[in-house]
Amino acid sequence: MNRLKVSKTIKLFIDGKFPRTESGRTTDIFFSDSKKLYAHLCKASRKDLRMSVDAAKAALPGWSSKTAYNRGQILYRMAEMAEAKRQEFLDVLENTMGMSTEDANTQVDQAIDCLVYYAGFTDKYQQVYGAVNPVSGPHHNFTTPEPMGVVAHLASTNLNLPSLVSEIVSVICSGNTVLTVLPENGAAIIAPLSEVIATSDVPGGVVNLLTGSFDELYPHIATHMEIIGVKDQTENDKVSKTLQIEGALNMKRISTQNEENLKDIKNILDFVEFKTVWHPIGV
Amino acid sequence: MTRKKLNQSTETKTASTPFVFEYSPAPQETNIVKIEKKNKLFIDGKFVAPKSGKYFATLNPATGEKLADLAEAGKQDVDLAVKAARKAYKNVWSKISGEERGRYLFRIARLIQERAREFAVLETLDNGKPIKETRDIDIPLVAAHFFYNAGWADKLNYAFPGHQVSPLGVAGQVIPWNFPLLMAAWKIAPALATGNTVVLKPAETTSLSALLLARIFQEAELPDGVVNFVTGAGETGAELVAHKDINKVAFTGSTDIGKSIVQATAGTNKRLTMELGGKSAHIVYEDAAIDQAVEGVINGIFFNQGHVCCAGSRLLVEESIQDIVVKKLKRRMEELRVGDPMDKNTDIGAINSKEQLNKIHSLVKKGREENPDFFESSCPLPKKGYFHRPCFFNNAASSSTVSRVEIFGPVLSISTFRTPDEAIAKANDTNFGLAAGIWSEKGSKIHKTALGLKAGIIWANTYNKFDPTSPFGGYFESGFGREGGRHGLLPYVEVNS
Repeated sequence: MNRLKVSKTIKLFIDGKFPRTESGRTTDIFFSDSKKLYAHLCKASRKDLRMSVDAAKAALPGWSSKTAYNRGQILYRMAEMAEAKRQEFLDVLENTMGMSTEDANTQVDQAIDCLVYYAGFTDKYQQVYGAVNPVSGPHHNFTTPEPMGVVAHLASTNLNLPSLVSEIVSVICSGNTVLTVLPENGAAIIAPLSEVIATSDVPGGVVNLLTGSFDELYPHIATHMEIIGVKDQTENDKVSKTLQIEGALNMKRISTQNEENLKDIKNILDFVEFKTVWHPIGV
Repeated sequence: MTRKKLNQSTETKTASTPFVFEYSPAPQETNIVKIEKKNKLFIDGKFVAPKSGKYFATLNPATGEKLADLAEAGKQDVDLAVKAARKAYKNVWSKISGEERGRYLFRIARLIQERAREFAVLETLDNGKPIKETRDIDIPLVAAHFFYNAGWADKLNYAFPGHQVSPLGVAGQVIPWNFPLLMAAWKIAPALATGNTVVLKPAETTSLSALLLARIFQEAELPDGVVNFVTGAGETGAELVAHKDINKVAFTGSTDIGKSIVQATAGTNKRLTMELGGKSAHIVYEDAAIDQAVEGVINGIFFNQGHVCCAGSRLLVEESIQDIVVKKLKRRMEELRVGDPMDKNTDIGAINSKEQLNKIHSLVKKGREENPDFFESSCPLPKKGYFHRPCFFNNAASSSTVSRVEIFGPVLSISTFRTPDEAIAKANDTNFGLAAGIWSEKGSKIHKTALGLKAGIIWANTYNKFDPTSPFGGYFESGFGREGGRHGLLPYVEVNS
């Protein structure tokens, strides 16, 4: 006997919760190469974006002051949860992106590997890129990288799961919090991805995921004064130029490079600040 | 005892003060320096007259008298300089080994040391800062920056673990007037060590030491075009950063101009380093060694007339010790010697320009309208030149002008706090994030505070210390990128995957 499937309502992911967009707007997405409805996705508004920034800002002190070891375990937990959610990731990749099962599995493998890679970096990047500086005088002087703050992330237009996950996790690995505008093509990935985050002891607000229109949202990212870093993976000259011009308002740090290497300390370094502390030596 | 009282006692010559030593100046001779009357641009290894045909005067701010004429580089001159730098990059500087680049930089460092006093005197004449600072701080650090970076040139493989690096190409650099030669060294030394070539625009009021540095480059036989100097004002700088054939812009200066440079270069692939303004907090806890802390606060705000981007211009003092700290500050400020920068005893020299002095006056005026709790040293000021007394606003509200705007002069704002959390919150209540100071005898409190402060440089139980091995640069609207240390190489290289 055919049982009618219970299908999932896909919502946004803000502050660890799953709200619908306050605007009530949705965008229909379809099974690839067909007219069959896959889901109504939320079309996030400027207000949703601002609420995400508020959540990310509020989560920052707690997340950045966790021990690096603790953050590492939480990121590793994400890998564990993602492995268990493989079927749902495959479902989105195959049904909405038209990927073969083999390709989809490769993407999920790589994404999980990225989670493990950065889970192991939370307590090491400081050692690799920090320094004790031999100043010419009786002072102890050391430099440590520390998180920058709230980072906005514009994912590439077409979903590439390993690249998306690598960016999110490399940004939060140092203690930043992030809001990601998901790819318009492949946005349904928000469902399994947000559930992985929600079940891995990642505190609410550390990662916020939005679906909606890039064109509508990026100008508000550019001018938002609480966003200090922007990862722009859109490879769109108009977007990056606007981000630079408007972002100068509060000197946003903008990275437009799409790193060839998903597993690379460079991705962490894009969103850290180096702090140098001096103290005299003497009695 | 205040200066006024001291003077009175000199006049009365009572029996209780049998003798008082009269002040004797200790002037540094200036004949070690020869200044050309009419200065040219330094392009492709030669001094050349500007195609623009224009010149402008540079003054000694301590007297207001003209020192020399400087060439004003126009669009065509900037273009020639960039072409020379590109040619030198392609044909020479990117071809030779890191070891070879290092040799030139070591040579430059040594030549600067040999002519250090000459540089110090010239810098003081042109900038107005005390000779004791140019002699003991600016110029030694200039040499040290070249020496430090020289050693990196053939060791870049060790700089960024797991990655190879390559140079960017031609760097366009624009520097301010507060540490003229030191800023040139901060910019040029890492750029050259990493294999880039340079076009640098010094500040229009302080270009003479850069032109003497050009002579050093000639003496060191640095290949033509590796470093080029284009003198001029804002327009020259704007031409430089907008030039299509530069790969990198490094700017030190005001936040407003920094923002306009970011906007002007938007949509290009130019890499940027921005060292901008600050309104750095200086926290004094009640368990600090108070006399040392007062000395640190004095140094933090009055060093270099307060013309320091990282000046500790906001004193946050724990409420329980406010009165004693303010009393000690007043006493110490009365002892600061303001005047002839060429006098080896001078603590506070001349404000760099009439324009800057006017800006300070207007901000102090606004400050006094908002808050009458104002104190300034009673010291006499020289009749000629541009000078300003060291001063402070006590009980300054966090929202007041003097607590928020970078004054870039010898003006301190003072407010209080009750708990470490409040101190950190107040310190971070600014759009800037360049530096901060902490005074406490308790180590754990210092580390907690340092961790909470959003600033690139934290001086604990010290202030305004600089070193070529120590990265310098800010958070937020104080800019991005670091100068100095291993981290100071990063803005000048492509880190390859």
